[in-house]
Amino acid sequence: MSIDPTQDYFTLFGLPRQYALDESVLEAAWHELQSQVHPDRYAHLPDVDKRRSMQWATRVNEGFRTLKKPLARAQYLLELAGVDTALETNTVMSPEFLMEQMEWREAVEEARAAGEVDELEQLHHRLQTHAREVRSDLALQLDEAHDYTAAADTVRRLMFIDKLQQEIDEALLALEE
Amino acid sequence: MALLQIAEPGMSAEPHKHRLAVGIDLGTTNSLVATVRNGIAVCLADETGRTMLPSVVRYRADGSIEVGHKPMAAQATDARNTIVSVKRFMGRGLKDVAHVEAMPYDFEDTAGMVRLRTVQGVKSPVEVSAEILRTLRKRAEASLGGELVGAVITVPAYFDDAQRQATKDAARLAGLPVLRLLNEPTAAAVAYGLDNAAEGVYAVYDLGGGTFDLSILKLSRGVFEVLSTNGDAALGGDDFDHRLFCWILDKSGVAPLSLEDARRLQMKAREAKELLSVCEEATIHVHLGSGEEVDLVVTRDEFADMTRHLVQKTLGPVRKALRDAGLAADEIKGVVMVGGATRMPHIQHAVAEFFGQEPLTNLDPDKVVALGAAMQANVLAGNRRDEDDWLLLDVIPLSLGLETMGGLTEKVIPRNSTLPIARAQEFTTFKDGQTAMAFHVVQGERELVTDCRSLARFELRGIPPMVAGAARIRVSFQVDADGLLSVAAREMSSGVEASVLVKPSYGLTDDEIAGMLKSGVEHAGDDMMARALREQQVEGERVIEATEQAIAKDAALLSAEERVTIEQSIATLRELCSGKDHRAIKSGIEALARATDGFAARRMDNSIRSALAGHKVDEFEV
Repeated sequence: MSIDPTQDYFTLFGLPRQYALDESVLEAAWHELQSQVHPDRYAHLPDVDKRRSMQWATRVNEGFRTLKKPLARAQYLLELAGVDTALETNTVMSPEFLMEQMEWREAVEEARAAGEVDELEQLHHRLQTHAREVRSDLALQLDEAHDYTAAADTVRRLMFIDKLQQEIDEALLALEE
Repeated sequence: MALLQIAEPGMSAEPHKHRLAVGIDLGTTNSLVATVRNGIAVCLADETGRTMLPSVVRYRADGSIEVGHKPMAAQATDARNTIVSVKRFMGRGLKDVAHVEAMPYDFEDTAGMVRLRTVQGVKSPVEVSAEILRTLRKRAEASLGGELVGAVITVPAYFDDAQRQATKDAARLAGLPVLRLLNEPTAAAVAYGLDNAAEGVYAVYDLGGGTFDLSILKLSRGVFEVLSTNGDAALGGDDFDHRLFCWILDKSGVAPLSLEDARRLQMKAREAKELLSVCEEATIHVHLGSGEEVDLVVTRDEFADMTRHLVQKTLGPVRKALRDAGLAADEIKGVVMVGGATRMPHIQHAVAEFFGQEPLTNLDPDKVVALGAAMQANVLAGNRRDEDDWLLLDVIPLSLGLETMGGLTEKVIPRNSTLPIARAQEFTTFKDGQTAMAFHVVQGERELVTDCRSLARFELRGIPPMVAGAARIRVSFQVDADGLLSVAAREMSSGVEASVLVKPSYGLTDDEIAGMLKSGVEHAGDDMMARALREQQVEGERVIEATEQAIAKDAALLSAEERVTIEQSIATLRELCSGKDHRAIKSGIEALARATDGFAARRMDNSIRSALAGHKVDEFEV
């Protein structure tokens, strides 16, 4: 297999290894790479070329997805920096944060049980704003302070927020159906 | 002397050597075949000048098979053996098919996919669809004057893995090499986008005979990126006919119908529906075989009223697709209407109201999918010219996952992921000393496995005995550019490796397909061995040509030794291709592939490096 597992996604996409990212540059690089490796470019060639093209195109898509989503990008940067990424097993969070999470969750549960679509949508937007604030902390920790321990903690907080956001979306979906 | 010119990957080496390729819209009600001639996509007509082939197949008692217009009339007289809308049964069990009670067929509910008992024996929907594809292949070969290199076959974007695999198998049975399965709305977007040089975010609203899709695409500088897709694989124009049919029964109060009378009334309902797209009212006048007479008038408003819920049903997927794309309705630049059913005025009104703009109806909703498929087929076959530099980035419509404890679904690949995609997930054992593990692969969005579509079950055996939770079993999903899944599982923590590769099954085994292929070929009076030989010869020549092009372009990446080995393999393969042994040719192709493996890998790396190098020069000027 020709895919070089040691080459990281930032190198693959020709981007600096940092959290701050210009999405339009990432997207242009994605299109450029796919126009070289996409299976549609190899459909008339022998199977061995098709197979390799699929492997490459798969890796390019996975790289794009990882770099595009802020949370995935941060996790990936920490992984590259050698910081323990066993995030699921290392969830000692501050009591304040856990309290806050419980309050959010209760609000979502209540709105869901009462079928209040408007309330859920408001929660969705409030949570979005909150997530933006947390992400700007993350940008400072990763790109300026290079404080990976603090960044790992922020990543864990973002994972909670992400999960919560999913629950709100699912509740909205369920109410619509 | 002029320098030798070498084509880029995907571009034709010899412009005069046009490879014959077609796009096929395998529709619920009608099917079409199109090709690119002199740079322009055209639908190919039959000997009487008609381009649309009704997707109707009749099995006759004398062993003959009729496809298209001819068996249309037999729908009412020989309903059991005259299969219409077979697409609704592709990759589906009997319980998944709506309105079976009103259908005149003799179903056999086998595991996986439903089958139909006909006067010529039990037929799988794959075989019935293959008859339609075979008819279109022959039409294309007669019209283009040669054998096809391959076809792009369109499928509803919302088709799941089983339905896609069934479509691919039907093509295989029909002797059609599949260049790609292409989503219908994406094909329409290609035809529309290229014709109109469109840029921006578009929605494609595709209501066919039996399926509904809504895709949202971003068109920018030759890239067609699907942002999200949603739909209903069992909602289409047929359902509007059915509603009108029920209305007729209700209004006329006729006695329970014979199969033939039911079919007769269904055909009348369809005619009336089509008439109502151009007239304010339609008359339904039928003499039934029972001696009863139906004489009714239905107005456009009445029809709109009785089918309002169906129109509303399409808006749910529209909302979901918008949400998945993170867009609001007013951020859509244009709505492309596809499928004959979108001619109904009340559908156009509903879409206009939802998006706050008139939908785009300046293209033939029946042909646009086939035309887009033909454009893509032309490029995939290797006829790419400079101006054909577009790229399609499509997505998987439904999440893929595994069953976990308690009958819950663990999603491995989320819906709307860009293809191709791979994802792995690790699992562990539940009990001490456990040496085997059962996996159940499902597709769908619901939390409970029973609400999702079951794609495959397989077992991994030979796990070394360990304490519970110590084994690490990695399950990898790979979805290719056709949207088809393969799954592999392997035990990671020990030196022992146990892995399996699974293709989802839906009731047809490889042996069955081989058997059908054989009987189908015998039926067509064709010689299977001759066909296999021809296929391998064409493939062999293709591989030689591709390899020689690669050497001419990138000789610098080859060591002298490698080059000798490759050239010897080429010589051997060329020798084999002039012989009569298709298996020997196949092994010659494989030998050449092995000889060029390292070279091909270096070429791919090189082209990626140059793609990025190009980037750094212009610093992504946007």
